[in-house]
Amino acid sequence: MESPSLVEKIVTKPYKYGFVTEIETEKISKGINEDIVRLISSKKDEPDFLLHFRLKAYRKWLTLKEPNWADLRYPNIDYQDIIYYAAPKTDKKKQSLDEVDPKLLETFDKLGIPLNEQKRLSNVAVDAVFDSVSIATTYKEKLAEHGVIFCSISEAVKEYPELVERYLGTVVPIGDNFFAALNSAVFSDGSFVFIPKGVNCPMELSSYFRINSGDTGQFERTLIVAEEGASVSYLEGCTAPMFDTNTLHAAVVELIALDDSSIKYSTVQNWYSGNEEGIGGIYNFVTKRGQCRGKRSKISWSQVETGSAITWKYPSCILQGDESIGEFYSVALTNNLQKADTGTKMIHLGKNTRSTIVSKGISAGQSSNSYRGLVQIGSKAIGSRNYSQCDSMLIGDQAAANTYPYIRSQQAKASIEHEASTCRISEDQLFYLQSRGIGCEQAISMMVSGFCRDVFNQLPMEFAAEADKLLALKLEGTVG
Amino acid sequence: MIRPEAQTLLEISDLHAHVEDQPILKGLNLKVKAGEIHAVMGRNGSGKSTLSKVIAGHPAYTVCKGQVLFQGENLLEMEPEIRARIGIFLGFQYPIEIPGVSNLEFLRVATNARREQIGKEELDTFDFEDLVNERLKVVQMDPSFLERSVNEGFSGGEKKRNEILQMALLEPTIAILDETDSGLDIDALRIVAKGVNQLANEDNATLLITHYQRLLNEITPDYVHVMAGGKIVRTGGSELAIELERSGYEWIDSDKNNQEVK
Repeated sequence: MESPSLVEKIVTKPYKYGFVTEIETEKISKGINEDIVRLISSKKDEPDFLLHFRLKAYRKWLTLKEPNWADLRYPNIDYQDIIYYAAPKTDKKKQSLDEVDPKLLETFDKLGIPLNEQKRLSNVAVDAVFDSVSIATTYKEKLAEHGVIFCSISEAVKEYPELVERYLGTVVPIGDNFFAALNSAVFSDGSFVFIPKGVNCPMELSSYFRINSGDTGQFERTLIVAEEGASVSYLEGCTAPMFDTNTLHAAVVELIALDDSSIKYSTVQNWYSGNEEGIGGIYNFVTKRGQCRGKRSKISWSQVETGSAITWKYPSCILQGDESIGEFYSVALTNNLQKADTGTKMIHLGKNTRSTIVSKGISAGQSSNSYRGLVQIGSKAIGSRNYSQCDSMLIGDQAAANTYPYIRSQQAKASIEHEASTCRISEDQLFYLQSRGIGCEQAISMMVSGFCRDVFNQLPMEFAAEADKLLALKLEGTVG
Repeated sequence: MIRPEAQTLLEISDLHAHVEDQPILKGLNLKVKAGEIHAVMGRNGSGKSTLSKVIAGHPAYTVCKGQVLFQGENLLEMEPEIRARIGIFLGFQYPIEIPGVSNLEFLRVATNARREQIGKEELDTFDFEDLVNERLKVVQMDPSFLERSVNEGFSGGEKKRNEILQMALLEPTIAILDETDSGLDIDALRIVAKGVNQLANEDNATLLITHYQRLLNEITPDYVHVMAGGKIVRTGGSELAIELERSGYEWIDSDKNNQEVK
């Protein structure tokens, strides 16, 4: 009953963001060693504590092994064949947008992220990161009125070194894992957010990451701190040009939530995923972790993962404060030869902590898509609860979906629920919708967005429609 | 009603079709004019459902010979969604469940696709709700159906009524109802039959595919066709169905005078 050609035709559409910006770039030489780490630090004019942080991480990294437990097979990465720092050749960070190279503004325009005053998104502040540096951050002054700090991490190191020093590496220690250690040694730029006590951030914050160089690794670092009673919603988006080589992306994101605060972190990841033969694409190895340090604090991760050749990513929550809440809502779409191994860890340490996991995996083409998650209830986490739901959808008959839920409980007075399901878009479902006048592309898109609704409902409103569109685009090309 | 001067809507000639190399239709001829109700009867495996799927354009069926014209146009060259938009409707024997897709949204998108084709303006959410609430009466359905996912968790009878609701919204030129009576209790059968009768008019036509006479007690066909071995072997008026009910399909097998309809 299958006619894979039909489905194939629809899921194989060109990548819209594959262009390269022609701009002069300053790059350092390939490879990594202590001198390179020192060079990056000096290029960024960093204080001593950070250089020491980097060197310690680098030495730790040398002792670590690349993890191989995920359902991901890829050729060995030659870490000496990567450029660890690249920046568009503009002298210093500009004070106003008028001074930013128009080519860069144009690039972000083309990506749908207009930065200049007239066109920029209302009520969303954007930090635009191009290769290793932040180009511009909008609405900074308006945010400053509320005491909110939103800037690139490089700027934060200079302007607020004591905050950075206090929090950096406290959730993801430098030796946490191979990729986190590498990131800690060579991280380039990323965003820093600080919401002071009692402040509800008045607008959505957003970072947009753009890889432009083909041979450069991207190592961004994001740090978000919400003080007591503060709240913030943050979104990151990412794209990259099409190259026939693989580009390494190893980011670290740390979230810290103090008493009664809440952080909502949403990701729309659309790195270039390689072509239909699996040539090229981003290797995406990301460590994201939030710590609910305070009582009644809340951290919520939402992610829509559609890009990258390889995705290795487990946004997690350490629920340390009593009655703290962790959430993970994920849609991961893989197509062609993409491989994704993604999920979450919910570590319940405090009393009466709660976590919710909703994961939706969609596999098309010959791709493979795994959910891997850990729910751990510590011995003191009396009355803690977890609910997990992992659903997989298969499109066509050559895609694979796996679910690896790990549950460890040291506390009898805790409740853990896990539900899983697998479904498949059948030719008969498609035909049913078609026989009612609904085109094949729209039919698939309706079914996929129906499948993902629980997760899309969690995204900030401005981006829910965007995510829906992105999935439609991945699956069909021309919606929107 | 039979009117000699009525427009021919559907004309099938010498249709051969197979699924997975298995020939099923072997030279079928059928002509349907505006205003007519046709019943196609026959044993399991005689090709009735295949006929309906081929007309609607199911990708699993391959036509190897013959043609199907709809209002003079070659239907076989069109994608299923185009066929639907120009007025072909297939009421499924087993309507499939589509989790996650709201019935209301589905009905609205489908209705607007059809409306666009026939030059009517697109209905927004509010106008569509008015329309759908009015059409719900045709099948005596509760508006709560609209909030559920398409056919998900519907009983057999609810699924069939949802099919007729779609037909009422899409206002097809030719409706093919594939065993719409199967799995219905007598009350549901009457509701469905009443809906079909209500929607039939002199500009459209209905093709009922059925095993049993009992649907034809509620909907009186102008023509009854009997299928066997992938073609129509006998055609008559509504009395033919009664004869079949009495004598069974063996009566057809033994009948030397089966004729083909041209």
